[in-house]
Amino acid sequence: MDKIKIIEVKQSIFQDNDKDAEKLRGELKEKKTFLLNLMSSPGGGKTTFLKALAPRLKDISMGVMEADIDSDVDAEAMKEAGIRTIQLHTGGMCHLDASMTRQGLEEFGTEGLDLVVLENVGNLVCPAEFDTGAVRNAVILSVPEGHDKPLKYPLMFQVAHALIINKIDTLPYFDFDLEKVKEYALMRNPNLKIFPISAKTGEGMDKVKEWLENEVKAWIS
Amino acid sequence: MHELSVVFHTLESVRRIAEENGVRKVNSVTVEIGEVSTVLPYLFEDCWNWAVKKESVVKDAKIKIERIPAVTYCEDCRKEYPTVQYGRTCPYCSSPRTFLLRGNEMIIKEIEVEDSYGQNQDN
Repeated sequence: MDKIKIIEVKQSIFQDNDKDAEKLRGELKEKKTFLLNLMSSPGGGKTTFLKALAPRLKDISMGVMEADIDSDVDAEAMKEAGIRTIQLHTGGMCHLDASMTRQGLEEFGTEGLDLVVLENVGNLVCPAEFDTGAVRNAVILSVPEGHDKPLKYPLMFQVAHALIINKIDTLPYFDFDLEKVKEYALMRNPNLKIFPISAKTGEGMDKVKEWLENEVKAWIS
Repeated sequence: MHELSVVFHTLESVRRIAEENGVRKVNSVTVEIGEVSTVLPYLFEDCWNWAVKKESVVKDAKIKIERIPAVTYCEDCRKEYPTVQYGRTCPYCSSPRTFLLRGNEMIIKEIEVEDSYGQNQDN
């Protein structure tokens, strides 16, 4: 007769993914590739931001992995801008995890790239939960979305290293309080670097570029 | 929102644990889900019941979900209070300097299995 027994596990559901992510970071360090996980809600301006960033990066080479549920419009936009890119389809998933990211990187081929940006699925909830193996996480919040988002999606602002506040050229048209958003975000994450920018006009882009370049150089040196 | 992939990650871990322990069949899995984690228990359960149909060792295993109530700690008055009711402002002293003590967990607590091959061989 089969006996029933209980195996005590007591481990986080994400433990396997977290380990895998840690391993991937080790591999990236060895290959001297910096992976940035870029997150935002749909329409936050991730693609426009990357198009504005690319021509400003002088000493480091950048590639972009576009993750979406469907279509290749983002990858096409990157190609048109002359940026090396690959389109990943998540098969309906609302985020990427470490093993999907690794698959994407292998397919992409990172030789000759100092910086790979993973443009995650547009979503402020799920991507925050899964460590992709990225060296840094950045979240873009755009002015039309409102300054209360760090209160509504706390985890996203906790896991982020940088908060990019995009579309500041539209500030006169929205009741968006720049000081409030900083206060709310820092309450969640006192170490967060905050960059108000307009990817469209270029305002503030140099500061983000500087931050990113320093991070990349420190990682690959 | 991402319950299905949380279920997939859970199944991956359960399969690995079952294999490491030479388990023939998993009867049930108990998970602890924090009250303010991003997973909704009823959706998790739905996804689970769908996903385990396609499994072998974990096929049709029952899911037991235990909730961990969310508790926040106030750094100013050093009291604890229920997070869901009061949010991040302390109800005792109105301080915003608070942090979550528990309630965002997603943990595989235990799995109930039928006796392993290894132990059967010992018998």
